[in-house]
Amino acid sequence: MKTWLKILLGLWIAGVLYFGFAMPIGDIPGLGEKARIIFFHVPMSWLAVLAFLMSMIYGILYLKDRDLKYDIKSSTAAELGFLFTILATITGSIWAKFNWGSFWNWDPRETSIFVLLLIYGAYFSLRSALEVEEKRAVLSAVYSIVAFVTVPFFVFIMPRIMFSLHPGGGGSAAPILNASGKMYMDMNMRFVFYASLIGFTVFYFWLFQIRTRIGILTYLESLETEQ
Amino acid sequence: MRGAYAVFSKDLYSELRTRYALNALLMFVVVTLSIILFSTAGEAVSPALSAGILWVVIFFAAMSGLSRSFVSEEERGTTMTLQLWVKPSAVLIGKLAFNTLLLYLLNGLIVSAYLITMQSFKLQTPSIFWLTIVLGSFGLASASTFIAAIISKANSKGTLYPVLSFPVLLPLLMSVIDATRLSVDGAAFYEAIDDFKIMISYAVVVTTAAVILFDFVWRD
Repeated sequence: MKTWLKILLGLWIAGVLYFGFAMPIGDIPGLGEKARIIFFHVPMSWLAVLAFLMSMIYGILYLKDRDLKYDIKSSTAAELGFLFTILATITGSIWAKFNWGSFWNWDPRETSIFVLLLIYGAYFSLRSALEVEEKRAVLSAVYSIVAFVTVPFFVFIMPRIMFSLHPGGGGSAAPILNASGKMYMDMNMRFVFYASLIGFTVFYFWLFQIRTRIGILTYLESLETEQ
Repeated sequence: MRGAYAVFSKDLYSELRTRYALNALLMFVVVTLSIILFSTAGEAVSPALSAGILWVVIFFAAMSGLSRSFVSEEERGTTMTLQLWVKPSAVLIGKLAFNTLLLYLLNGLIVSAYLITMQSFKLQTPSIFWLTIVLGSFGLASASTFIAAIISKANSKGTLYPVLSFPVLLPLLMSVIDATRLSVDGAAFYEAIDDFKIMISYAVVVTTAAVILFDFVWRD
């Protein structure tokens, strides 16, 4: 990434942090000022899902082409996804403390993010239990696909059947995850929200690029030492 | 299809000859139930809690019994022979059929022992309960057979198995526990329809994914 882009990104995220707290936002029934968590919690959750999806897609590409670079990308995306899932869990949990009164209460949304953490944990323990690189790449790709096909059960089906207190569950007021699929935010809030989403997504791709480069260089080095 | 049947009957005969899995699992069920009964002796266990405990027993019994299907092939070094003789899909279907049968036997055992020993576990709506056992066992067998194929290639197989299976099985476990709770709470049959929909779609999705992906796991 170009140096000017790095500086711009630093300023951009600093701006998001500042305006996330300082910008006046419209009133949302039942949430009020606590709705500001949207600026940080939603980008984290979005990146957690994006990283998981990318990890699976690179896994499929590996199964198709058998190029170990895809496996490095797949595991890099999973590592970053794990990081962002933890951040989404923490930000969500802080918000839950102030809105619901406890950090953790096994709400369907909390259960689903917990399962995401478990899947990543299982993925990494599977990788560490396989020594041959090709075998590791194939089996972890297959596992991430199988785990991914069960995710819709948590994200789409469970919260509809079980009553959730998460904004959007049970017909409560929700800026983003609601039944009608519209966004309820005023202009100020929308502006900061999109800025945050863009900033953190660029940040994610920067991290992804660096980690992939390290991974590929380490792999090439290990090939040289073998010869 | 003939290959699948051959794999199934091979597993069945070798099991009937040694009775390794059946004997070990029988003792597993006895031990687990005794621990539960000792720890709840004199306590009033709510029906909802007893529904959850039942599936904890079933989950761990499945985790200790079903991995053998593929792990034993790796241990005895017979994987190559199977690869030579039958198509990958036939291996998966044969193993899945055997594991499903094993799990039905096992669950029949667990459920009857549980119904006799747990005082608070009284079925109010038997139709929900038995359908849950039938659908849930198949989904459980399907997911865990496939995960067994994955872990049979890895180190530390025994510990890895429940770790990998649990996140994949969780949507199923949540719906079967919910349906079992409904059946002891005396809910009407239609109230459990949503849970049955999840169980059926889960079994279909996981079995399809397993058949498609098994090629990659099986071929070296």
